[in-house]
Amino acid sequence: MVEITIRKRPQTEAVVTQRKFFKKTARGKVVKVLRERYLRDDVACGIEGCRECSTTIPELLPFTGSLEHQLFPNGHYILPDTNVFLAQMDLIESSLFNPPMILLQTVIEEVRHRSLPLYNRLKALSKSEDKQIWVFYNEYRSETAIIREEAETPNDRNDRGIRNATAWYNTHISLTRPPIRGQTQVPHPRVVLITEDAANRQKAEQSGITSISVRKYVEGMKNANQLLDLLSAEGSQGIEPTKAAVGRQVLYPNYLPTSTLLAGVKAGALHQGHFNANQYNYLEGSVPVPAFAKPVLLVGRENMNRAVQGDIVVVEVFAEKEWKAPADEVVDQEATLKNDDAEDSGEEGDENGEEVFAKESRVLSGSSSQKVSSERQPTGRIVGVIKRNWRAYVCHIDSTSLTSTLTTSLSTQTVFATPVSRLLPRIRLRTRQAPTLLNQKILVTIDRWDSTSRYPEGHFVRALGRVESKEAEQESLLLEFEVPYRPFGKAILDCLPPEGDQWVVPPKGELDVQNIWRDREDLRDVIVCSIDPPNCQDIDDALHARLLPNGNIEAGVHIADVSHFVLPDNPMDTEAAARGTTVYLVDNRIDMLPSLLGTNLCSLRPFVERLAFSSIWELTPDADIVSVRFTKSVIKSNAAFTYEEAQLRKDDPNLQDELTVSIRLLNSLAIKLKEKRMAAGALNLASPEVKIHLDSAESSDPIDVEQKELRETNSLVEEFMLLANISVARQIEASFPQTAVLRRHLPPPKSNFEKLQDILRKTKGLSLDVSSSGALAASLDKCIDPSEPAFNTLVRIMATRCMLSAEYFSSGSVAKDTFGHYGLASEIYTHFTSPIRRYADVLVHRQLSAAIGFTPLHATLHSKSHVERVLDVVNRRHRMAQMAGRASVEFYVGLALKGRGEAAKARGEGEVKEEAYVIRTFRNGVGVFVSKLGIEGLVTFKRDTQFDAENYTITVPSAKGDVKISVFDQVVVRIEVEKDKNTQRGKVKMTLVEPVDSSAL
Amino acid sequence: MSSRIEILNDGGYRSDGRRQYELRTLTIDLSPQGSGADGSASLTHGLTQVSVCVFGPREAKMRSQTFHDRANVNIEVSIAAFSASERRRRGKGDKRILELSHTLKSTFEPVIQTSLYPRSQIDIYIQVLQQDGGLLQACINATTLALANAGIPLYDFVCAVTGGVHSTSLLLDLTLLEENDLPNVTVAVMPRSGKVTLVNMETRLHVDRFEEIFRLAGEAGKVIHGEMKKAVRDRTEQLVGAMQSIGRPLAGADAVDNEY
Repeated sequence: MVEITIRKRPQTEAVVTQRKFFKKTARGKVVKVLRERYLRDDVACGIEGCRECSTTIPELLPFTGSLEHQLFPNGHYILPDTNVFLAQMDLIESSLFNPPMILLQTVIEEVRHRSLPLYNRLKALSKSEDKQIWVFYNEYRSETAIIREEAETPNDRNDRGIRNATAWYNTHISLTRPPIRGQTQVPHPRVVLITEDAANRQKAEQSGITSISVRKYVEGMKNANQLLDLLSAEGSQGIEPTKAAVGRQVLYPNYLPTSTLLAGVKAGALHQGHFNANQYNYLEGSVPVPAFAKPVLLVGRENMNRAVQGDIVVVEVFAEKEWKAPADEVVDQEATLKNDDAEDSGEEGDENGEEVFAKESRVLSGSSSQKVSSERQPTGRIVGVIKRNWRAYVCHIDSTSLTSTLTTSLSTQTVFATPVSRLLPRIRLRTRQAPTLLNQKILVTIDRWDSTSRYPEGHFVRALGRVESKEAEQESLLLEFEVPYRPFGKAILDCLPPEGDQWVVPPKGELDVQNIWRDREDLRDVIVCSIDPPNCQDIDDALHARLLPNGNIEAGVHIADVSHFVLPDNPMDTEAAARGTTVYLVDNRIDMLPSLLGTNLCSLRPFVERLAFSSIWELTPDADIVSVRFTKSVIKSNAAFTYEEAQLRKDDPNLQDELTVSIRLLNSLAIKLKEKRMAAGALNLASPEVKIHLDSAESSDPIDVEQKELRETNSLVEEFMLLANISVARQIEASFPQTAVLRRHLPPPKSNFEKLQDILRKTKGLSLDVSSSGALAASLDKCIDPSEPAFNTLVRIMATRCMLSAEYFSSGSVAKDTFGHYGLASEIYTHFTSPIRRYADVLVHRQLSAAIGFTPLHATLHSKSHVERVLDVVNRRHRMAQMAGRASVEFYVGLALKGRGEAAKARGEGEVKEEAYVIRTFRNGVGVFVSKLGIEGLVTFKRDTQFDAENYTITVPSAKGDVKISVFDQVVVRIEVEKDKNTQRGKVKMTLVEPVDSSAL
Repeated sequence: MSSRIEILNDGGYRSDGRRQYELRTLTIDLSPQGSGADGSASLTHGLTQVSVCVFGPREAKMRSQTFHDRANVNIEVSIAAFSASERRRRGKGDKRILELSHTLKSTFEPVIQTSLYPRSQIDIYIQVLQQDGGLLQACINATTLALANAGIPLYDFVCAVTGGVHSTSLLLDLTLLEENDLPNVTVAVMPRSGKVTLVNMETRLHVDRFEEIFRLAGEAGKVIHGEMKKAVRDRTEQLVGAMQSIGRPLAGADAVDNEY
């Protein structure tokens, strides 16, 4: 059993042992706090072999002190004060800097009070093996404990405490080493106070304490040259006392009143738009506004004025001479602000804030110099927010912002939550359960962002689960991209046919009570087949082709008749409209329609009678359309092929059955259709698509990643779907010129290509003609570098990124000459072929059905505004679904990489290395694209590099001399998945291996 | 900023300079207080101060509250508005106070030999003067002393100590700061028999940790017992000394000197 004692505190010592102070609570009440402390004589000095202080812990400081410093030949210990740690942490962390050091409790507490992240670094340091640091609890030792005197600032009190402790150490050393008779007295080692504060040094000298400045001390050290580099610049800020209770400083300008904003926008003086944060540089954002061709650039915190990604803001544009080019530097919020403190950042105008400010302004000023004038874009500042678009964000708790990481702690802590998305600022929140939330994905909403607070304030909503657990990651993905993923409600399920999965097409004639066969064509005996990716459950299209007696070919595309089941304006329809699209994740699918429809009743399974909406063409053998008709029908598919199966069947000369012949017929037509499309100027674009191999259905652990393979049959299906979509688009546009649901792809503004053109011209001497889609397609074909086969794909990927995204629209709401689809080079286009997974197709089905007189058009589809509203939602959902899908792939690629890395390590091969191409250069890094994995990464250099913005090259010093890296260069990168120390976010980290090993840079 | 203070730092010191198993200073004053109390005690654990007055056994004011075979124990607690750092008046009907007095009553009823005084009443008035954690512990200890001082027969002392758990480290005798931050248990023991008469925990705690802290707090109760016994003995000696000095006028001066 441990020894339990009562610590006696004589009443008479109350002056020293009790402390009374008043403090203001969060609610603004003033309370009196009384604390006591117990002073003791058993606080050890930590010097080896000290005969007074014996502890169980082995002493760390050598008996003689350090003899290496030239100013102190008799040996010394150093005792730095608080500001040394606040300003020179890098020096102290250096492995070259290791004199025996005494760390005072007063100092620790002051560091903790000023900056938690620095405190955590200090704490880690004091525990590390290779440092000789002894923590002396001076506030608990009766000789060194001091109390604050009348009219003494806390800072002065601490300085006095530090001097006091230094003096005590010196007397303690001389007392415990009395001169031994007969021996010459060896001079004692000194304890040297290190401080930057001249006044403090002066006071120390007066009381006989040796003190020195950091710079002077380092100059006298052995490795002075290397260490002097680590000294942080002596700021003009000087050392200021902690301003404990300064009034809150206003950090952001206030917003203008709404009426002023609206009037300003109306008059054209101000501009309204969505705020887009820059994911590479947290100090930059942009707002695209109709008045300028280029988006308005917002540089710096004040100009971004508390806008968060997606907010609708009002900007004021600066005079043209202040226009700038965007910065070409990667500025990471975590790196720049890692020492910022959650509890008082922005609330007290402490020098912590000034430090952040100085750092940020340094970053901003460094980037704006020497820029080509053509790259300049309008700059401005946000003067108001029309609408906040705040929602719940998926975040991680920043572990360094925690005061206490003990799970038993019940205290409220103010911590930072770092959103998963790089576009968002850190959010400050108060929680009692911070320690248990570490390593978890949590949901946080922003509550407000005051002009006095550097960060937005939010609150914890709920925990999603452990980081990297699949459930948590998946849910966080869905939340992050606002995908509605709740199960379908009862009202929705009630809209399904009551027979459930027993539902069948009734036989023709009298048994057809619901009159399903009315006006339906019976195509059950036509040889129809479907071709889809493997394991496809929602088969929404099937095809057929047969030779006609006149030598022409009849081809048919049969699409599941979803509009038969999903009737307008019922709960299921409303829900589908709200969901907009089915979302495909790597290991999951979030359906737009209940799965009974999607994977059963509307899935054109083989050998089952299904309702369909058919589009049947008569085509000449050269694939010219003779006629087209649309009809509701009943079909019975003869086979469900995968692309691979269909391909094998087509290529097998032994097979001559009807099915195979029809596939060959379709294929021959598809080839001609494609030729025509290409001749018309359709673009063959590339996007990095990869496929994740999952281990098994249950565990869904990814084993590997490979690029998607494209076969002839893929293109077969694609061509006929395009044909169907175009034909349907023409039909519904003719019938409903005001409300037809169409899809368009606007030609990209020429300026989007400027940069890519410039890069190509300068690095490869190639030119890109962007005057039309056809010209672009032709010049893309010429972008070939014989030595680098992947180069063409790379250029295509980059060209794709310059383009706008396609969108749905209502035909009455835009001018007819803007209907065109740029990428497909078609003058009109819509989506008809996937009604199970896209809501726009459902609308198109309804319109087509009305166009052929099968059903009357529902009233809502006559209203232009209603169609527009629905399509707005669908467009947004579509975009989000794409991003969610990509993010899901990214997550699995990360997992696969991790698995691969571990496997490689297990085999002793070291790390994962892949070939990559440089796609962007920054001042301090390069953006690379790993085509094999379909991922993009960022390689940053800490060391200075020479950046040539004109020629998109970066010159990196290396042992073998300087190496020049330019865009399109092939490099080899080492890929690691590392956990971010703070956020626990698994992060793909890339470092260059060739041509330069950048791990040291 | 209370969250800025470390509960237990790396050097093994708590925020007030104590180590893990060190109890706060304990002062006991058994001199008579109030008007006509039969026994009283004033006790401090660090900055927590409680004063208790005991009246009785005496005739009950209300007939209905008496029992024919034993004495009725009546406990009233009042917390001074100035006792905590935030000024707050708690009325008699305050839930927190009712709970506290009920806990105390059920702790002391089995310890007092109530069957010796049928149809009578023992009134215990507890006045909390200062609060800095360990309120229940202070109330129990002070009540024990006041009862002993009043000469009411007890089966044993009741000694209470609060224990808390910081990560895996156990702490004894928590201050308010620690109490707010840590799961804590108050354990009251009867040191002679080693029986536990009260365990009070309002926070969540892992069952493994609970056993450790439960045992430790029980041990700590015995340490407190030593101190309490000494106080009672000193007081008694002093009284005896005072009684013997009656009739011997010269010794009166000594009695004053011994007063503490």
